[in-house]
Amino acid sequence: MRLIFFTLLALIIAAGVGVGATWMTATRGTDFGTLTIGAWTARPRAGTAEIDPYARAAIARSGELPIGAGDGIAFIATADDSKRPLDGRCDVEVSGVTPAARFWTLTLYDPRGYLIANSLERYGFTSQEILRAADGEFKIRVAARSRSGNWLPTGGVDRYMLVLRLYDTPVGVATRTKRDAPMPTIATLGCP
Amino acid sequence: MIRLLTTIIAGIVLGGIVHLVSVLALPRIASQDAYARLTPLTKVNEVSQLPQASPDNAPLPFLDPAFAVAVCRYDLSNGPLKLTVPISQAYTAVSFYTRSEVAYYAINDRSAGRKIIELDLMTTEQHGNLPEDEDVTAADRLIIDSPSTTGLIVMKALASEPGLMPQARAALSAASCKVQPEPQAKS
Repeated sequence: MRLIFFTLLALIIAAGVGVGATWMTATRGTDFGTLTIGAWTARPRAGTAEIDPYARAAIARSGELPIGAGDGIAFIATADDSKRPLDGRCDVEVSGVTPAARFWTLTLYDPRGYLIANSLERYGFTSQEILRAADGEFKIRVAARSRSGNWLPTGGVDRYMLVLRLYDTPVGVATRTKRDAPMPTIATLGCP
Repeated sequence: MIRLLTTIIAGIVLGGIVHLVSVLALPRIASQDAYARLTPLTKVNEVSQLPQASPDNAPLPFLDPAFAVAVCRYDLSNGPLKLTVPISQAYTAVSFYTRSEVAYYAINDRSAGRKIIELDLMTTEQHGNLPEDEDVTAADRLIIDSPSTTGLIVMKALASEPGLMPQARAALSAASCKVQPEPQAKS
């Protein structure tokens, strides 16, 4: 009787620990093979055949297709430079320069990876359509209400993420530091 | 007491094994992965344009809305595939994924170096069966080995501003992927 009880207990703990850990890593992601520059995180190996099992599990669960390494690389930001989560009700400014790439796009998604509806049908910017200052730097205002210049509407959602994709770029598996890939800064300017 | 402790330790060790096995098995058992989501939208060995990503209609999560996207869901069991993609004005890329979404190859218009991206996709076995002389005469032929018999080819054309989207879609609508009759191996 006691043997059965302890065996059952061990199996229950095993199931809880095992499935719980898998669920955590597949939804929240792991730090294996990530490249973090400022507020931005990328997985350079996710677009190659050397993708790690955790990234594969996360991709299978979310249903996305990772961007191929010969195509480009995607950097994700869910918080600003001071680690404050991106809030759709606040005014957030993305500014500065981007790493060398033939094209880049900056897109705003909800936490599940879908676009957020807005009347302008503006979901992001490409490097071609952005307004820049004379020195080539740009400023993008991410806010719920309309702003002058490059305005990216949030629809007033609680949480969102920004994805900066670089296409045809030397940034990849060999990139280590900010010097190789100067990423734009993200700053929360104010909340209502 | 000791017995309870051993039980807990055994449970945690077993849990670690369960965790590793389930992480490795997840890509195989996931029912809503990208391939499954694209199956109703695409035909086998044909190019299908995906609807433009929008808030109410997104075929996949994390699609870049600045791109026109077309997919060829391939099955190489009847022979190698020939893929031609005309390049659009701004930027065109073709990425290859296995059945379980491993991106094993990607090429863009600049690395292709021509007005058209043209290549042959085959399994390693079909590649090995190619007659030797054909390999030589077709020195500029790009051959890609697919690690799996089925998978996805994703063609993307950038519309660098929203007004250019029709052009990007038009470039992709001229893309084709077709099964080539397998050349007879010489004995």
